[in-house]
Amino acid sequence: MISYVFWGSLALSGIKEGMLVWILFLLCQVGAPALAQDLCQRDAPNGYKVRISLKTALGEDAYEWNQSEMFFFQATMAFAMRRHFQMETYNVDNIILCVQTSRVSFWFVVTSPDNTTMLIPKADVEKAVRMSRHRINNAFLLSDRTLEFLGIYPTLAAPVNPDTPPWLIVFGVVIGAVCVGIIALLISSLLQKRRKEKGMTEDGQDEEDMQVKGVENGINLDGTYNRGFTDDDRFTKL
Amino acid sequence: LVKILPNLGLGDRIPSHQELERMEKEEAGDRPKWDNKTQYMLTCVGFCVGLGNVWRFPYLCQSHGGGAFMIPFLILLVLEGIPLLHLEFAIGQRLRSGSVGVWTAINPYLTGVGIASLLVSFLVGMYYNTIIAWVMWYFFNSFQNPLPWSQCPVNANLTDLVSECTRSSPVDYFWYRDTLNTSTSIGDSGGLQWWMVLCLLCAWLLLYVCCLRGIATTGKAVYVTSTLPYVVLTIFLIRGLTLKGSLDGIKFLFTPDLNELMNPSTWLDAGAQVFYSFSLAFGGLISFSSYNSVHNNCEQDAVIISIINGFTSVYSATVIYSIIGFRATERFDDCLEGNILALLNAFNLAEGSIKEGNYAESLQNLNGTFPETIQSLDLKTCDLQTFLSQGVEGTGLAFIVFTEAITKMPVSPLWSILFFIMLFCLGLSTMFGSIEGTVVPLQDLNIFPKRWPKEAITGIVCLVSFVIALIFAQSSGNYWLALFDSFAGSIPLLVIAFCEMIAVVYIYGIDRFNKDIEFMIGHKPNLFWQVTWRFVSPLIVLVIFVFYFVTKVSSNVTYIAWNPSSEDFPTLEVLEYPAWIYVIIFILAGVPSLVVPGTAIFKLIRRCCSNKNVYGAEVDTVSAKVQMFTTKMS
Repeated sequence: MISYVFWGSLALSGIKEGMLVWILFLLCQVGAPALAQDLCQRDAPNGYKVRISLKTALGEDAYEWNQSEMFFFQATMAFAMRRHFQMETYNVDNIILCVQTSRVSFWFVVTSPDNTTMLIPKADVEKAVRMSRHRINNAFLLSDRTLEFLGIYPTLAAPVNPDTPPWLIVFGVVIGAVCVGIIALLISSLLQKRRKEKGMTEDGQDEEDMQVKGVENGINLDGTYNRGFTDDDRFTKL
Repeated sequence: LVKILPNLGLGDRIPSHQELERMEKEEAGDRPKWDNKTQYMLTCVGFCVGLGNVWRFPYLCQSHGGGAFMIPFLILLVLEGIPLLHLEFAIGQRLRSGSVGVWTAINPYLTGVGIASLLVSFLVGMYYNTIIAWVMWYFFNSFQNPLPWSQCPVNANLTDLVSECTRSSPVDYFWYRDTLNTSTSIGDSGGLQWWMVLCLLCAWLLLYVCCLRGIATTGKAVYVTSTLPYVVLTIFLIRGLTLKGSLDGIKFLFTPDLNELMNPSTWLDAGAQVFYSFSLAFGGLISFSSYNSVHNNCEQDAVIISIINGFTSVYSATVIYSIIGFRATERFDDCLEGNILALLNAFNLAEGSIKEGNYAESLQNLNGTFPETIQSLDLKTCDLQTFLSQGVEGTGLAFIVFTEAITKMPVSPLWSILFFIMLFCLGLSTMFGSIEGTVVPLQDLNIFPKRWPKEAITGIVCLVSFVIALIFAQSSGNYWLALFDSFAGSIPLLVIAFCEMIAVVYIYGIDRFNKDIEFMIGHKPNLFWQVTWRFVSPLIVLVIFVFYFVTKVSSNVTYIAWNPSSEDFPTLEVLEYPAWIYVIIFILAGVPSLVVPGTAIFKLIRRCCSNKNVYGAEVDTVSAKVQMFTTKMS
């Protein structure tokens, strides 16, 4: 593009004017990054700070953060912007990064594809990031906690509410077993008692009959046995 | 040597040695019996070893000079615990009756001691089973991953975590809000919490199924409930020792500080711990021992059970503190990591440039160059000793500290289930003794018609206890439980124990008692027993009682409450009890203690008022088929 202009301007005007235009153009090209730098700076009003904690997330498998990764980030952000707006075609050049530190952290701003001097407002960038947060995290093998967009809080996962709380199920099992146990024991006690009573009445009947008929010392006495004096032995002992 | 108080008619009220031999040979009477010695030992061990061994002793040990606490503990175990235990075993085995039967047989005016035991067993059983209900709630909630107390819940709008939880901690929130739904003061009842009512119901039903037929059913249950805690403790010990920081915890627990021995409160706490840990004066031990054969060696049993109890206390303290050491180390690491992260973020330094090793040095350098930034970061001070000495006891240890430690272990639900099964078994086996100490005196006092089966009486006791224990299922239930714990289970027991010793030594007669023991086990109790029974043990109990009483009466009676809107939240708020609580305190502590002299006075008045001077009560108890009385015309 530069050579085209150069030759074009040389052809259009004289060599002197061409040189002037060429110098001006060169200045513009040099100034363009400077302009971009003005757009992206620390605490930029429409920019976000990104903080990446590779060692925390991946430990020994952590990859090195270099220029390629930065390019990948630009591509991912462009993708996120495209996905959100769906009409405009964002490119890698629209994502401007600056203030890189060894932490790793950096700032970024997003310029509009139509006008590279115009920044996309913070709110729109946030919407785009929120929409594709999951994809962005996965691209870098990171999570919400290790790839932070300072100012964009991760949405909390909706709590999983099972129909029956799990504790009720365990409670039901335990109390069912206990109730069965109680009923079983009570019934067995009742049966035992009935059996004892039946057995006793068969033996006891004989004993009672014998006593009532006055069988003492094996001798059949006439008359009935008066129980009123049963315990008298104690008082009449010598 | 010692002049015993006049006690007429004693020989008529108790079975003589010959009668005991006869009863033993003929196996007469329908008195329940142990299937084998193991059941008896396991039941007594289960009754003695309870939640206090796990969550009171470790705290006392750590706060009173670590390893040095063993010295007063062991000394008082030998001088106070073993003699009292032997006394209760021997008297139960000799007189073959529950607590009311025994004391009435010794002297009719002493029935009050038995009634006091009954009341204390009843009151303590009520709140103790509520703790078991809490344990069951946590057990039910352990069957999910992640555990519900491992993270804060999200609030209604799904915008943020619940603020009460973020300000305190997930375990605190789950305990105070999800479990107890605690109100801010004891006066604010807050209504019944349905989930707590269900857990309480489950706890009482489970207890009923185990105690249904008395020792016929509990004797089988104790094979599991008394042995499982030891298995779980061992598993936790092995697990604990493999965790980082566990040895720091154990070292911290046992590091002796001999200066603590000069502090009288150390000795008092040791004495109180020995006393309460043996579950003395509940009447349950007397009852259990009365089902033994007459010639059972109660002296040996007392020594063995005391040793097991002491060993369990030390063993569980080791396990608990290994886990606490792990938790403290985790907290310390988290604290340090948090600080390091804050520094890295503030100064955009590369990850890994500040580690634990060079943290102090780096902090100093940065503070030198950028003091204001460091100030604004508000870094926390991380000190391992502080975290270790966050020694908690009681429910706080089990439901807050330990549950937090469990969430940090891998496969948390498994450890949670094991831990709460252990607590459940520890509590349930103690409840067996409590129920025994409530039901048998009720039978002895003939409150219920004699033909009512034991199942019915146990059922009524469980039902009434459940209904009254619904107080603990309210929002303010936790505060009521703390009240019961402080007053129902402390002063009356000391009074009863003191009266027991005086009754046996001076009213029953130590000489007669010595002869009884000689008859039962074959040799007379040696000098150690004589000295401790007559002087040392009663003196120790009296001293503890006086100090407790004076402390309780002189200090302002306060309690700690969970109030999210208080200033120091999450620190618990210290509140004073309202005036009407003093009536409750009197009912809890005063009534059982006053029943002892009260019954004596009541019987005296009745005797004076009636024409016939019935001396020597008709002891027609189910537990002692001894029916003798003489009537003297006055």
